[in-house]
Amino acid sequence: KSCTVCNILCIIVCCVRAQTIMKARLKGAQTGRSLLKKKADALSMRFRQILRKIIETKTLMGEVMREAAFSLAEAKFAAGDFSATVIQNVNKAQVKVRAKKDNVAGVTLPVFEHYQEGGDSYELTGLARGGEQLSRLKRNYAKAVELLVELASLQTSFVTLDEAIKVTNRRVNAIEHVIIPRIERTLTYIITELDEREREEFYRLKKIQEKKKQLRERTEKEIAQRLAALGPIAEPMNMLNEEADQDLLFE
Amino acid sequence: MPGRGKLIAVIGDEDTCTGFLLGGVGELNKNRKPNFLVVEKDTSITEIEETFKSFLARSDIGIILINQFIAEMIRHAIDAHMESIPAVLEIPSKEHPYDASKDSILRRAKGMFSAEDFR
Repeated sequence: KSCTVCNILCIIVCCVRAQTIMKARLKGAQTGRSLLKKKADALSMRFRQILRKIIETKTLMGEVMREAAFSLAEAKFAAGDFSATVIQNVNKAQVKVRAKKDNVAGVTLPVFEHYQEGGDSYELTGLARGGEQLSRLKRNYAKAVELLVELASLQTSFVTLDEAIKVTNRRVNAIEHVIIPRIERTLTYIITELDEREREEFYRLKKIQEKKKQLRERTEKEIAQRLAALGPIAEPMNMLNEEADQDLLFE
Repeated sequence: MPGRGKLIAVIGDEDTCTGFLLGGVGELNKNRKPNFLVVEKDTSITEIEETFKSFLARSDIGIILINQFIAEMIRHAIDAHMESIPAVLEIPSKEHPYDASKDSILRRAKGMFSAEDFR
């Protein structure tokens, strides 16, 4: 991956450019982490809302189901046992559900929408006796079905969000505890290397200066010695100091 | 994706199934296989589990309604089901009122709510 290649390059070519690259990468990782944290927080909030709604709806559903069961008992009492007929006459479903997609902070949640299709296949049941109880029963169960479809949507969103939150949190933790420390360590290493190289350079310069100075001192001493060995040097004549010039005819 | 509707399957005792069939959810598909199972006292757990798994495998079923006492019997199969569709919904039956502590969905979020919320 590019990260390891860059790491190796950093070790070989520790330079200011590598340091700049690492700084940029650190900044990127930190921004990424805070963005992911925000996403995880938004998802968690939605998650808690959904959970509360689920609890409400489940309690409501318990009551609706109880009422529906009562009306079933009433209808059975009035119309006799029609269960067998009902089960035999199954043909096509009138109530179906559709799956729609809802989007929350980048996560697509499936949502169920129920719709009617076709007519009532049990229109003729209960014609003999107990017709009113039966139609009330049908209404009750239709209401129960609507509620249950809503509950199912909430439940699927719940499960999907649960997974999404776990994944996002895992990524946040990975960035925070693995990637960022790694980059910081590389950065410190680069800075130490650069500092040490600077010190080396400085030391080298000082050493060179010292050597030059010594060389210069030694050369000067040698020249002085050689001069002394040659004896006193006669000074050349200074024309300005002469008193009389014999060639001058008029004075 | 919107479009072709999905069915609501029911696994329950006779009364539950009758009620929901009257509500209009019952259908027989091409092979005359129904989308519901009436569970009697003598229905074996294997049969219930087989039907549940076949409902999960069918692509035209969006929701599976199951009585809570039957769900108890095949709890392991329900807990193993991790996908969001089809959604598995536990409903109470006449003899067994709804017990939230047994619902597999709510158990996953066990720590996040307390008993007060149910009152």
